[in-house]
Amino acid sequence: MNTERWQITVGLGSCGVAAGAGALYEQLEKTADHKRVELKKTGCAGICHREPMLEVASPGGGRWTYVHLTSAAVERILREHVGGGKPVDDFLLAGADRKDAVERYLGKQKKIVLENCGRIDPESIDAYVAAGGYQALRKVLEGMTPAQVVETVTASGLRGRGGAGFATGVKWKFTAGAQGSPKYMVCNGDEGDPGAFMDRSVLESDPHRVIEGMLIAGYAIGASVGFFYVRAEYPLAVKRIHMAIRAATEKGILGGKVMGFPFAFEIQVREGAGAFVCGEETALLQSIEGERGMPRLRPPFPAIKGLWGKPTTINNVETLANIPWIIRQGAAAFAAMGTEKSKGTKVFALAGKIKHGGLVEVPMGITMREIVEEIGGGSPSGLPVKAVQTGGPSGGCIPASLFSTRIDYDELNRTGAIMGSGGMVVMDESSCMVDIAKFFLGFTTRESCGKCTFCRIGTKRMLEILTRFTEGKGSEEDLKLLEELAVKVKATSLCGLGQTAPNPVLTTLRYFRHEYEAHIREKRCPAKACKALLTYAVDAKACTGCTVCARKCPAGAISGERKKPHLIDRERCTRCGICATACKFKAIEVS
Amino acid sequence: MNTLESSSVDLAPAKAIVARHGGGRDACIRILQNLQAAYGYLPDAALRYVVENTEISEGQIYGVATFYDQFRFTPVGKHMIRVCHGTACHVNGAGKISGALEDELGIGNHETTKDNLFTLETVACLGCCSLAPVKMIDDTVYGRLTPEQARKIIKDYRNNAATKSS
Repeated sequence: MNTERWQITVGLGSCGVAAGAGALYEQLEKTADHKRVELKKTGCAGICHREPMLEVASPGGGRWTYVHLTSAAVERILREHVGGGKPVDDFLLAGADRKDAVERYLGKQKKIVLENCGRIDPESIDAYVAAGGYQALRKVLEGMTPAQVVETVTASGLRGRGGAGFATGVKWKFTAGAQGSPKYMVCNGDEGDPGAFMDRSVLESDPHRVIEGMLIAGYAIGASVGFFYVRAEYPLAVKRIHMAIRAATEKGILGGKVMGFPFAFEIQVREGAGAFVCGEETALLQSIEGERGMPRLRPPFPAIKGLWGKPTTINNVETLANIPWIIRQGAAAFAAMGTEKSKGTKVFALAGKIKHGGLVEVPMGITMREIVEEIGGGSPSGLPVKAVQTGGPSGGCIPASLFSTRIDYDELNRTGAIMGSGGMVVMDESSCMVDIAKFFLGFTTRESCGKCTFCRIGTKRMLEILTRFTEGKGSEEDLKLLEELAVKVKATSLCGLGQTAPNPVLTTLRYFRHEYEAHIREKRCPAKACKALLTYAVDAKACTGCTVCARKCPAGAISGERKKPHLIDRERCTRCGICATACKFKAIEVS
Repeated sequence: MNTLESSSVDLAPAKAIVARHGGGRDACIRILQNLQAAYGYLPDAALRYVVENTEISEGQIYGVATFYDQFRFTPVGKHMIRVCHGTACHVNGAGKISGALEDELGIGNHETTKDNLFTLETVACLGCCSLAPVKMIDDTVYGRLTPEQARKIIKDYRNNAATKSS
């Protein structure tokens, strides 16, 4: 490391850029004294709720992380810290009153997959190598047979991080032992769950790690061609993967003789075109072949008959990102973390009604309560947290009463939810569980490929029933039909999308049945989220006649004279809620 | 397919794309992605050129183009507005953001304004969950929105366009 100059490293993952980090980087380029300051880029540090962020490193080796930055803050950091040698406490990550929250946020985490994220420049292969990158690949090529690699991964207990949790070593063993040539290695980066961005962050922040994982997997199963399947909706990830592949090829890490050893491996990129079902492995393979992404019956499993009928292994991004660590540190070190059947760590995208959201990596076996309350700091409104949704449209809602549940594939399955790929959306008392079920079913209905009748039409009928509930038009018969359909869609669908689509409905029915009943019997939404069931009225005692609501109402539904109580015309009211937010006197009553 | 339109579409980009990707069935998605990047949408004439000059059949190309959300058959406005309806945005009021935008623009989802300035689309997840609710105009993300801010940003774009043209 250059110790002569100060270094300023700006976090330029998608979240950081969205929060304005790009403009701050430009500001630094223009205003910093480049003789004294070296500017660097990095990816996502996972502390999304504090973005935009940067790190200052002094010539003496000191390091400071600054958060919640503005243009004025950057100016002060340059002047007071870099210029005057005095850190600016107002914006330090652990400064001001943030210290405790930061310790709680980071204290329970264990970074394996994310060990380089937010630390190294993702666009530099040298930075990856300096951080220990490609050592695992060298170790494998120098002294391990493919069978030994498979054994190591099997012994580590690593299970697929895409959601289903199949043992990775076993998957590799099947492909390695299958008849047929050539064999293919596929990386599934089609992260389509709404509310999940783990894979995107890894690809944007540490792309070489996934390439290294693919190379090791390719060696273990006997493949010399790999496909990177990434969502086109992740333009930055796609760009950085292309850059990483080019850099690795130039260095001889990809190509005819990987690192000079007699092993050839090349990687091609395929961009997903926006179909959630392509996260399902047989649909993904169809898509790589240029066809509609329609799943097919298994067996034969892709390990035996995959791409163009040849043996193929498909691993998720996070699964592959674990591989270099396992090879470097050994299977036992990995297996030492976690529970009996779920080893290592899991990355979660913590979002929703949560104070400290972001990308967190926790050891398996940690409880939901530790994640939600200690790492996440509870809900920002102070309202009690009601439930956590894991696994996106395939998962379910875990109620607060079950927050002692540990992060473990089997324990989560017992709640009716699933581990899933890592989306974790927190809901408080203002979230309506019927509405959430409807939201997810709306998603799966749109994304169903249409092959299986129950998935195509059954989900549609379920969605119609849920819509009736949220509009106060549902009946008891509807509830029975909903449950019946849920069971049938699960039983009669070919692939994971249909088999899991009813999960959000089934778990909310199991834990929040009273909310369904309130919608059906009392035509009431307890969370006050279902628009059609709300009425807005002015509390004449509290209203001061300031006219703000009348001016803000986009429907022109509010009338009244100045300094006299106003009135809402229920016919014209669109229940948009703008008046309630605009009123400073809490005079708008929602019921 | 619409034959009237064919005469007005320049086929040079389509020819270059087919030459680059070869004519195998497995190139179908990549060809469509490149066509859309070149034209902004999938013009009938360009699709017909692909069908006539590769192994890709009319059935396959239409089947694939209608299966994936990425592809569209009509041109879009100057600015693409994507409103995130991911789970985190949903629980943080994405519905109200969409409602405000539809009202402000006078169009529904997947529609384009008459002045061709904006196309409105809801998307499943932009992956900026900690900034929810979020919308993206072209490549710029706007986070932690209120319905009023969502409207104001549109007005700013309109004013910008008006100053440029005057």
